[in-house]
Amino acid sequence: MREITFVEALNEALHEEMERDEKVLVLGEDVELAYVFGVTKGLAPRFGKERVRDTPISELGIVGAGVGAAMAGYRPIVEIMFMDFIMLAMDPLVNQAAKLRYMLGGQISVPMVVRTPGGGGVQYGPTHSQCLEAWFMQMPGIKVAVPSDPADGKGLLKTAIRDDNPVLFVEHKMLYKLKGPVPEGEHLVPFGQAAIKREGTDITLIGVGYQMANCLRAADELAKEGISAEVIDPRTLAPLDTATMARSLRKTGRCVVVEEGHLRSGVGSEISAAIQEEAFDYLDAPIGRVAALGVPIPFEPRLEDFVLPNVGKVIEAAKKTLGVAA
Amino acid sequence: MATKAKPKAKSLAEKDLHQMYRDMLRIRRFEEKTDELFMAGRIKGAVHVSIGQEACSVGVCAALRPDDAILTTHRGHGHSIAKGTRLNEMMAELLGKATGLCRARGGSMHIADVSKGHYGAHSIVGANMPMAAGMGLAFQMEGKGRVAVVFFGDGAANQGSFHESMNLCAIWKLPVVFFCENNHYAVSFHVNRSTAVKDISLRAQGYNAPGVTVDGMDVLAVYEATAEAVRRARRGEGPSLIEAKTYRFFGHSRGDPQFGPYRTKEEVEQWRKRDPLLLVEKTLKMNEAEKKAHLAAVDKEIAEALEFAEKSPLATFESALEDVFA
Repeated sequence: MREITFVEALNEALHEEMERDEKVLVLGEDVELAYVFGVTKGLAPRFGKERVRDTPISELGIVGAGVGAAMAGYRPIVEIMFMDFIMLAMDPLVNQAAKLRYMLGGQISVPMVVRTPGGGGVQYGPTHSQCLEAWFMQMPGIKVAVPSDPADGKGLLKTAIRDDNPVLFVEHKMLYKLKGPVPEGEHLVPFGQAAIKREGTDITLIGVGYQMANCLRAADELAKEGISAEVIDPRTLAPLDTATMARSLRKTGRCVVVEEGHLRSGVGSEISAAIQEEAFDYLDAPIGRVAALGVPIPFEPRLEDFVLPNVGKVIEAAKKTLGVAA
Repeated sequence: MATKAKPKAKSLAEKDLHQMYRDMLRIRRFEEKTDELFMAGRIKGAVHVSIGQEACSVGVCAALRPDDAILTTHRGHGHSIAKGTRLNEMMAELLGKATGLCRARGGSMHIADVSKGHYGAHSIVGANMPMAAGMGLAFQMEGKGRVAVVFFGDGAANQGSFHESMNLCAIWKLPVVFFCENNHYAVSFHVNRSTAVKDISLRAQGYNAPGVTVDGMDVLAVYEATAEAVRRARRGEGPSLIEAKTYRFFGHSRGDPQFGPYRTKEEVEQWRKRDPLLLVEKTLKMNEAEKKAHLAAVDKEIAEALEFAEKSPLATFESALEDVFA
């Protein structure tokens, strides 16, 4: 299979879906030139500036406009340049998009995708580096997709665009240049279906988004010491496929959840609570969690690396869970 | 520049003014009944009546086509009725019945009847304006000449959403009418203390859009100003801002006194002399028999709505779990 980058895979999904459905629109800051991360490159020349619109810096306005356009029968894809800026659009996302169908008695739906780059590792500091997925997975009425590789990026984005509900689509910045095999043409990844990225028997590593890369690297390292790790990517946090993760836990008896958001009330808190309810009798050790430390993400590379999860922290947590000396 | 619009009733036949009077009376009597039911404990939650502001609701909606859209506020009964919202299902919603427009999930602050072009009462102050921009975007692209009207109060004009939405609509020339009902109070806070400009319509200048202040107690003045803004929107010339100076005769929400803590009895009485219904009665030189005929017809309709609501079943617990997703 041909290999393309994560950015190219997302770009291909956007081209294919805009081609397939003329109701699909793209709104966002600097999307015509795809000036910042390049995901929307080539869309404006191909589909025109009516369907691919540069917007002013008005996150509240453009996400709210996305909700309105969706209510009126379009399928807007709104780009928020950095996930941190979603804070400015919490009202249209959480108070409107996530509730309108329910609140209006099923009279309307809101088929909108909000795409946004999240995460650190690029030295942008506290307000350009956050992973805020946990905030949204708590909220009824909105779906959350967090791809970890180019193929899932394409497949999940196409599914998101076709979904009749609001979807938050989180793209980790460190993934953009990552290459991987991606099917050409129609490729849909269903929501609510975790992927077993590597099979193993001794411990289950669950990784969210870019942390999948750290889990896979950790599994390689653990294998050298004779430890067989199973690596699972939930792919969507809402809906969340706890069944696949619990099944793995019943097999291995041990688990570590790795995310880049903060530990307290994080994605790992929810996943570990949910799967221990399903597989408590199979647990040989408490479920471990690796997350960003409880401080904002600092800019300086050494400090940033110290605060964020990395391969070493995943290996350390795995060994602790296994009762093996680090 | 903001200008004072002069009412020009020539475009309207006398029968149209009778219909406007009828609709204003429907709102007045519906809300008096709502208030009565609330005081008797039969309507739960929050109720914000718009008694005194009926000319705004009716004057605006009389200038619209059935397929035009409105988005309204927590004080939205009047707009809803003026746009043609079904009274039976609206009363059922207020009483929390299964047959309610929102299936007993929205209540007074979230009435919607999409089949009539009513895209919802939105109770987060100012939240409806970005949505109106998005609906305007959809209407512009669809090219059928539809217009979106967003109602909001003087309080909402100080939200960022107002400014972001006005700008979006202006740069894209979207067919949206911003209709500000300046009833002079955001809960207890007088507009002179909350707002630096004397006329909110002046703010249109900042967005290179026409702004006009009208007498919000005069249904014809409201109608004429709206008709002009709607014509402009349909011609593709973009948004307009209309400010209607008006007054709510009742307190902010149910249970609040009409005067006392933040406004005087004299002030309320001054405004009541310009009751929008009285003004039309004078214009039409309506006699007692005509008034009684209108009242009898309206009260019959409201009694039927109440009977429908009372006979409707309560919503089931199962139904409370539906419509979160499409």
